[in-house]
Amino acid sequence: MKNLSHTIPQANKKSFWKKALFDIRRHYQLYLLVLIPLIVIILFKYVPMYGIQIAFRDFKITKSITSGKFVGLKYFKKFFNNPQAMTYIWNTISISIYELCTFPLSLILALLLHYVTSRKFRKVVQMVSYAPYFISTVVMCGIILQFLQARGGLINLLLNLIGIESKNWITYPSAFRHIYVWSGVWQSVGYNSIIYIAALSSVSMELHEAALVDGANILQRIWHVDIPSVMPTFCVLLIIRCGNIMNVGFQKVLLLQNNLNLRTSEIISTYAYNIGLNSSGSTPQYSYGTAIGLFTSVVNLILLVIVNKIIKKLSGSGLW
Amino acid sequence: MRVKIKVGIRYTRGDKIFLTIDWILLVIFFVIILYPLLFIFVSSISAGTSYMRLSLVPKKFSLEGYKAVFEHAAVWIGYRNSLIYTVSYTLISMFITICCAYPLSRKDFGTRKILMALCLFTMYFNGGLIPTYIWMRQLKLINTVWALLLPNSLSIYNMIVMRTYFSTQIPEELHEASMLDGCSDMRYLVNVIIPLSGPILAVIALYYAVGMWNDYFNAMIYISDRSLLPLQNILREILMVNVQHNTSTSPLTQQQIEDIAKMEQRAELMKYSLIVVSSVPVMILYPFVQKYFVKGVMIGAVKG
Repeated sequence: MKNLSHTIPQANKKSFWKKALFDIRRHYQLYLLVLIPLIVIILFKYVPMYGIQIAFRDFKITKSITSGKFVGLKYFKKFFNNPQAMTYIWNTISISIYELCTFPLSLILALLLHYVTSRKFRKVVQMVSYAPYFISTVVMCGIILQFLQARGGLINLLLNLIGIESKNWITYPSAFRHIYVWSGVWQSVGYNSIIYIAALSSVSMELHEAALVDGANILQRIWHVDIPSVMPTFCVLLIIRCGNIMNVGFQKVLLLQNNLNLRTSEIISTYAYNIGLNSSGSTPQYSYGTAIGLFTSVVNLILLVIVNKIIKKLSGSGLW
Repeated sequence: MRVKIKVGIRYTRGDKIFLTIDWILLVIFFVIILYPLLFIFVSSISAGTSYMRLSLVPKKFSLEGYKAVFEHAAVWIGYRNSLIYTVSYTLISMFITICCAYPLSRKDFGTRKILMALCLFTMYFNGGLIPTYIWMRQLKLINTVWALLLPNSLSIYNMIVMRTYFSTQIPEELHEASMLDGCSDMRYLVNVIIPLSGPILAVIALYYAVGMWNDYFNAMIYISDRSLLPLQNILREILMVNVQHNTSTSPLTQQQIEDIAKMEQRAELMKYSLIVVSSVPVMILYPFVQKYFVKGVMIGAVKG
C-alpha cells in the first residue's frame, strides 16, 4: 500500500467532520449504497424505539404518541403488583432453564456421529436429522397437537404400550414444559450439532495420533482430546444461550397455549402480547403491554452485557 | 488432490463396545427423528381409522385427505400468496443486505465502525412489539403486503455473515488491482464481488426464503384481509382449532358421537395431508437447502 500513497489522496490528521466529508467524496458510491439499508434500519428499527415512551404515558391509539399524560412508572408497578406476574416470570425462566439442560445433547450427538465407523450411515443420519429444523412453527405445533391427541395421537399410542392411559396432554399444565422443550429438541438437535461436527473435524489429527500411540481408547480420546478442543465453542454458545434466558420461543408458546394449560404456558412475552394487542373484547392496553416488553428488553440487555464481559475474559474477543 | 488413506486403527475391546453402543444410540436417534415424519406421511395417505395404529403400513390406502385439501380454496390462495411473498421478500432482502454488507466489508470505508454499531445495536435492543405496531399503523402499512416485506427486510445476522465472507474470502489484492485499473466502487461490487460470492449469496437467499415461508406471526399482527394471508396463517386456522374439543362433558347421543367422530376423522385426515402439502416446497429444496444451510452455519461460526 505504501507506494500507492502518492496516487490516492490521503486525509491528514483533520477533524472528524472534515475526515467524514473527505470520505464521502471519495466513496460517494458506497455511501449511496449504504443509504438504502440505513433508511430501512432507521425507519423500522430506530423510529419504533421512540415509541417506547408510551410505556410511561397513558397512550390512546387515536391520539399521537406524545399526547398521552406522563404517568411515570405506573404500568411497571401495575405489572409487579399483579399477583400473577411472578408466575409469568417463573414460567419464562423455568422453561428457559429446562431448555438449557438439553443444551449438551447436540454435542453428544456430534460426538456419536463423529466416531461412527460407517460414513454412509453418518451421512444418512445427518441428512435426516436436519429435516425437522425446516418445519415451520405453525406446522410443528400442528404436529404436536395431532400427536398429543387423546384419540389416535402418536404419543398416546406409544404411552398405551407401557400402560399409560390416553389423555389430551396439551390441556395438562404439568405437561406443557416437557412438550415445549422436547419438541424443540426433536426439531433442532441435529441442526445444532453441525457446529460441533465442524469443530470436531478440525481437531488436529496429531493429537489423536499421539493419544493412540499412548494407548488411549476412544472414550479417553473423547475425554482428553475432543472435549477440550470443542470446549471454547461450547462455552461461547452456552453463555450466549444464558444471556437469552428471558427469550423463550414466543411464537411457539403462543400457538401451544390454550385456556387449560395457561397456568404454566403464560410467559411474560405472551402475556404482554395478549393484553397489548390480542385482547379480544376488552380494549387493548398498549401502554401496559409496552411497559412489560420494555422490562424484558432491559433485563435481556443487562444479561447480554454481563455475558459479553464473561466471553471477553474467556476468549479474548467479545460478541461485538 | 486429496488421496484417501485408510488408516488402520486396531480397536481394543473397550472401543468395540463403545462403537456398538454408539451405533445402537444413533439407530435409536435416527428412528426417533424419522418415525414421526413417516407417521405423518402415512397418516396422510391412509383411510378411516387406520392412522390410529403405530404401524407404518396403511391399512387402507386413500387420497381422501388430499382431496379435502385440494377442495379447500383458502389453502390455495394462501399458497399463492406465500409463493409471491417469499420470492419478492427474498429479492428485496438480498438487495438491501448486499447494499449493507458490501460497504461495511470495505476496510477503507471511513464510517463503517459507526454504521456497524448502529446495525448491531438493533440486534440486541428494539422498540418491541407494540411500539412497532403503532408505528406501522401510522405509516398506514397495516393490511398491506409491505408490512410483511419491509420491516424485516434486513437481517443483521445475515448481513454480518455476508460481510464476513466478503472481507475474508475475497483477496484484498483483487481490490487493489481493480482500483489501480480505475474501477469504481460500484463496478467492483457488480463485476468482482458478486460473481465471486455465489455460495454465500445462495446461503443468505435461502435463509431469507425459508424464514419468510415459515413465518406466521407478522401476518397475524399486520394482515386482517383474508385474501392477503400467507399459507402459514391459513394452516394455523385449520390446525389449531378444536384443540379443546374433547373437554366438553355434556352427554351426547350415540348418533351425535358417531357424527362427531366422523367429522373429526375427516378433519384429522385433512390435517395430516395439509402438513405434507405445505411442506412440499421446502422438501423439494431440501437437498440444496440443507447443503447450503450447513455451509451458512460454518461461515457464521467464523464470527462466533
